Amino acid sequence: MIKSNVMLDAKGLACPMPIVKTKKAINELGAGEVIEVQATDKGSKADMKAWATSSGNHYLGTIEENGVLKHYIRKATAEEEKIEKHHPDVISNEELLLEMEHQTEAFLLDVRESAEYEFGHIPGAVSIPLGELNDRLNELKTDLSVYVYVVCQTGNRSDLAAQKLTEASFKNVINVVPGMSEWKGPITKLEG
Amino acid sequence: MAIQKMTAAQVASRVIRKSNLFILDVRNEDTFQDWKIEGEAFQYLNIPYFDLLDGVDDILDLLPKDTDILVVCAKEGSSVMVAEMLSEQGLDVFYLKGGMKAWSEYLRPVKVGSLKNGGALYQFVRLGKGCLSYLIESDGEAMIVDPARMTEPYESFAKDKGIMIKYAVDTHLHADHISGGRMLAEKTGSTYYLPPKDADEITFAYTPLDDGRTITVGGTSISVESIHSPGHTSGSTTLLIDQTYLLTGDILFVESIGRPDLAGKAEDWVGDLRNTLYHSYRDLPGNLTVLPAHFSKVSELGDQGEVKAVLGDLFEKNEGLHLDEAEFRKAVTENLPPQPNAYQEIRKTNMGKLSPDQEAQQEMEIGPNRCAIQD
Repeated sequence: MIKSNVMLDAKGLACPMPIVKTKKAINELGAGEVIEVQATDKGSKADMKAWATSSGNHYLGTIEENGVLKHYIRKATAEEEKIEKHHPDVISNEELLLEMEHQTEAFLLDVRESAEYEFGHIPGAVSIPLGELNDRLNELKTDLSVYVYVVCQTGNRSDLAAQKLTEASFKNVINVVPGMSEWKGPITKLEG
Repeated sequence: MAIQKMTAAQVASRVIRKSNLFILDVRNEDTFQDWKIEGEAFQYLNIPYFDLLDGVDDILDLLPKDTDILVVCAKEGSSVMVAEMLSEQGLDVFYLKGGMKAWSEYLRPVKVGSLKNGGALYQFVRLGKGCLSYLIESDGEAMIVDPARMTEPYESFAKDKGIMIKYAVDTHLHADHISGGRMLAEKTGSTYYLPPKDADEITFAYTPLDDGRTITVGGTSISVESIHSPGHTSGSTTLLIDQTYLLTGDILFVESIGRPDLAGKAEDWVGDLRNTLYHSYRDLPGNLTVLPAHFSKVSELGDQGEVKAVLGDLFEKNEGLHLDEAEFRKAVTENLPPQPNAYQEIRKTNMGKLSPDQEAQQEMEIGPNRCAIQD
């Protein structure tokens, strides 16, 4: 079960209605929120992907269940791209790949929305969306000296998360930049 | 201004007459790049419908004033929406009835020639996909060769002429489209012939189209001789009709030659393909009329929309028949166009191993045939 903020039922609707309705619904969403669109029009998959890209939103993926296509899209956050990062310790994707081979004790935290995580994450990464991090700090290891690598899509949400973790007394928190948008390493994917 | 519909048949007439048409294709860009309505005098603009949801003001300047505008999408819905928006801005526009789906399914019959003892040979041109099928009519009987999935056009054609469809033949196991042969046989009680070497994995009853077999259409008048001509598939068979027409299947096209890789055996079949094209076909009379199962470009269409060539001319002009062994091997195994859409599923469907519903069949057949070594 993939989490979303809103579900839109576009089943039985023919093109162009699934996209028309999605566009409308996504206008009502908050930045960074995820919408699930259920559709039966087979052409909606390619169109949803192309529309999301053209409108600057983030198409996460589609799963098919009993003839129903479930599309997941995350609303664009225009500001997100420009946020100045504050957490001082960063690591590049390539360096992280090398570190992963050596540091068996390291902890990889993925702070994207759970739908984003489901459609592709680094093997072994633990999912705690940024919005839930405060409430779920207790799920993290009690050893405050453990290395925590924080990853998101472009490095901004993980920057905020890294700051939170540092405030919560974790000593070795490292932000992965840019993160999943450019990740070339191994990936665990939902079969869609 | 009211919007008007244009049918696939009307678009086809414009393609064949080489008249102009401005196509506003509102499918997404990848789909448009992959496959569109081809016309030598057509102009195109591709703007996905979802980029026009807020209005069409931005594209008004890009549309011509003196050419008919046809809005095209996958199934019709989006083209109607965009056509209505343009109409509200005072433009007179058409939309394609049934969208690219209808375009892909449209078959246009054209008479290729008469047969010696009466009767005639018709080519059914599937413009949207570049597939060619044939109806050979003689003395009240008909044979359909390489029938498309849509069997209705053949049936109603036969009904109008008062003839019985007695035989359905596939020259090979197709990878680009779903054969209508089995369906036609079931609906009309006709005999369905398939080359036995392509039928290893067939799950239903068929009659083997053996090398050298002669089928008689309409009493004793017309003979159809089969000539085993492997290369595109191992069973590929050429039909010589009335000692005049050579139905070459996917072995020899007007401007190209068949590709040997669609069953995953390119290397194995290169030698067969070369032997068929450079030896078996060379031994045939040069005045035969070549009628292939595909075309790639609209420039191959004749005045009536037919696709044909004289065998001897092809030996002079078709580049695929002028290669030395090394060049030939390279041409048919390297830098081939992408495979036809869903070609593996299509092959399995033609074997009877998959039974997709109609919508799934339509989806599988989207796009051009891509059975030649060049696009």
